[in-house]
Amino acid sequence: MSGKRVALALALLALLTAPFWVGGVYYVNIVSQILIYAVFAMGVNILLGYAGLVSLGHAGLFGIAAYATAIALSAGLPHSAAILVALIATVAGTAVFAVLALRATGIGFIMITLALGQIIWGLAYRWISLTRGDNGVNVVARPEILGLSLASAEAFYYATLAVFLLAVAVCAIFVASPFGASLKGVRDQPRRMNALGYHVWGIRFCACLFSGLLTGIAGILFVYYTQFISPQSLSLTSSAEVVLMVISGGSGTLLGPLAGAALVVVIKNVASAYIERWNMLLGAIFVAIVIFMPEGLVPGTTRLVRRLFKGRAARAAEDARP
Amino acid sequence: MTALAIAKLEKSFGGLRVTRGIDLAVAPGERRLIIGPNGAGKTTLFNLIAGELRADGGSVALFGQELTRLPSRRRAHLGLSRTYQIITLFPRDTLLRNVMLSLLGLSGLRWNPLRRLEGQRHLMAAAEQALGRVGLAHLALRPLSETSYGERRRVEIAMALAQNPKVLLLDEPFAGLSVDERRDVRKLLAGIPRDVTIVMIEHDMDVALDFAERITVMHFGEIVVEGTRAEIVADPRIKEIYFGE
Amino acid sequence: MSLWLLLAVNSVTLGGLLFLLSAGFSLIFGLMRIPNLTHGSLFMLGAYFGASFVIRYHLPFWLAAILAGLLVAAFGGLIERFLLRRLAGSEQAQVLVTLGISFMVADFCLMVWTGDPISVATPPGLVGAAHIGALIFPIYRLAIIAIAVVIAAALWLLLDRTRLGAMIRAGVDDPQMARVVGIRVSRLFTIVFCLGAGLAGFAGMMGAPILSVYPGLDADMLPLALVVVILGGAGSLPGSLVGSFIIGFLYNFGQALLPELAYFVLFLPMVLVLVLRPQGLFGRPVT
Repeated sequence: MSGKRVALALALLALLTAPFWVGGVYYVNIVSQILIYAVFAMGVNILLGYAGLVSLGHAGLFGIAAYATAIALSAGLPHSAAILVALIATVAGTAVFAVLALRATGIGFIMITLALGQIIWGLAYRWISLTRGDNGVNVVARPEILGLSLASAEAFYYATLAVFLLAVAVCAIFVASPFGASLKGVRDQPRRMNALGYHVWGIRFCACLFSGLLTGIAGILFVYYTQFISPQSLSLTSSAEVVLMVISGGSGTLLGPLAGAALVVVIKNVASAYIERWNMLLGAIFVAIVIFMPEGLVPGTTRLVRRLFKGRAARAAEDARP
Repeated sequence: MTALAIAKLEKSFGGLRVTRGIDLAVAPGERRLIIGPNGAGKTTLFNLIAGELRADGGSVALFGQELTRLPSRRRAHLGLSRTYQIITLFPRDTLLRNVMLSLLGLSGLRWNPLRRLEGQRHLMAAAEQALGRVGLAHLALRPLSETSYGERRRVEIAMALAQNPKVLLLDEPFAGLSVDERRDVRKLLAGIPRDVTIVMIEHDMDVALDFAERITVMHFGEIVVEGTRAEIVADPRIKEIYFGE
Repeated sequence: MSLWLLLAVNSVTLGGLLFLLSAGFSLIFGLMRIPNLTHGSLFMLGAYFGASFVIRYHLPFWLAAILAGLLVAAFGGLIERFLLRRLAGSEQAQVLVTLGISFMVADFCLMVWTGDPISVATPPGLVGAAHIGALIFPIYRLAIIAIAVVIAAALWLLLDRTRLGAMIRAGVDDPQMARVVGIRVSRLFTIVFCLGAGLAGFAGMMGAPILSVYPGLDADMLPLALVVVILGGAGSLPGSLVGSFIIGFLYNFGQALLPELAYFVLFLPMVLVLVLRPQGLFGRPVT
């Protein structure tokens, strides 16, 4: 267990000092992107990993938050008000999403969320009077926190890091809570949980709301990061990408989303500078993960490391969930 | 006041009438056995009582409380617990965790996203106690996947008992058990206090007849005959039902 | 008046293409419970292969289409045999692997055929329009409808009258039981996957004269196939047929009448159907 603590401490240290060692503003921005997508992926993971529900429409919720922020800002609202409006809009949107999508589970849920995501994307494209369609909406300036401007890459990075760490903490508390246990129980044996007195639909609905909240936070971070939002970010491809981040990183784990986000963002932005066929590389990596580490990068790597350093008995003892 | 009162219960699947006007009254503290050949509709009856299936007609009442319109989860809160023919527990979790989930189901705590579940001392103590009642306290931290089939059957019963039910429905609790395991479960069941009314479906005649006070015999979705153990054992119709005419 | 009729014909044509695309997906999902998210890429791959056969190797159109279908079927077989087979029951892994493969296929096509759209000429003999009474219909579009109907009939015969079809239906209804009865389920899976992939590839080439072939064709077609299968019900051939035509009509009429709300028109009915009847129009109710 202490090995894990050391690894986490090192990772935290690396993140806290990132602007000093990543090598330039471009890379600081990359790490910011990774953290933003990690929060997005954590939102999707609440449903995918802990509720057992795959959503292919979360980019729509992400988009609601981003557009709401941008539109509120361009209507003259101050940053704090715009952020509040965006969060409320996203959670309200998520509630509608959930009421419709939770009529089904499994492939039905996937399909309804896909359709709803596409509907929101379509609205972003066509409701030109509100969203300016293809032209997108600009965000003129980033907010100031306690007098410090977030205009620079480093400042924005630290703000993003703070939000990311907070999100991880909140998720950790959620997962270890009685509600988290209820959710996992509903994922594994919904019929049994129903017979034991749990409100299966209610539990899933609340999980959707929490998922939407995290996704909304990511959307707000995103629109302040790029200072621009267009329908592109709400496409089915975006929804699929974040699902892939969660699955490849390790669904149902706390840090899997971070690993998956890092994988995709790095290949898309960094590897693409060196390899023209980075899309193929990404696809190949996904296939490789499925073959060699089907449970995902984080659980798979943990398993490898343990096999290298520990004996069988110690591993079995750790495997039992208390 | 009857513990469990069923009146004119009806259920059809498409054109097939699987439950035909069942009337059943179980007294408080009674040990009732339901037997019948395969396909008689016994598990369907349990599913109707538990609320997992919606009845087409008739009523189910628990100590006078009408259950028929209530969803399955509400019935658990009103004092109805059941076990299943096929074990559907949580294999990756420890026995303690499995029983804790059962206890949590009736507690308002299950909606709480902020407290630490592991920190709920009273819950864990109650879960340990529930495991102790079925003789599995020493395996509390073992993952369910690493226990034997007989031990899992006992965990099922522990989980149902943990909810302090007024009426306990046991669906083939002896199925697939070895002789020793059967003896353990028999002892367990005999030790359940009389404030729990038990209704059991079973195929294993030796064990079940030993346990039962009144027996209800079902065939083709209806009750064919009902009576005390002695009456049923002597009744020629039973042989007919099981061995043909 | 004739504008509506033309729109209707185009809708039926699109419906026919969608049927060829989604019938395979529906069978694969119905039998193997695998959401084959490579299906759009298989359609696109078939279109690219077919286009190359016609343009570079000067093969006749129909031969090219059949060869393209066979090539894609073989590719599908490889995917099923070496990747998907080990992932039975693991939905997340299936999603990851099928999306991963679709990324690779899309990039492969971009690499080989570059980003310029490729037009494929309508096969000779089916060029031009037919005059039926006072109405004019493009012949090729009618041909697609005819082919879709023929293949639908052939598939129906396969499923209803042959042993293979009976095994497929048994597998869709109850895979455990099918195994117990001695059906070689794994071989059946490979055959069905090849069949589905081949149909998709063939459909890609069939659609090429109308849709042309371009990067992104896979992302355009996959959601439509998914919508058809969900609307019609997975594993149901009549469901795919009816669903395809409904979607064909909704898509074309939606684009024509309400371009502002095109996505609403397409996806809202699907959401409604799913909300009211999660198993789709013809699907088996989920327990």
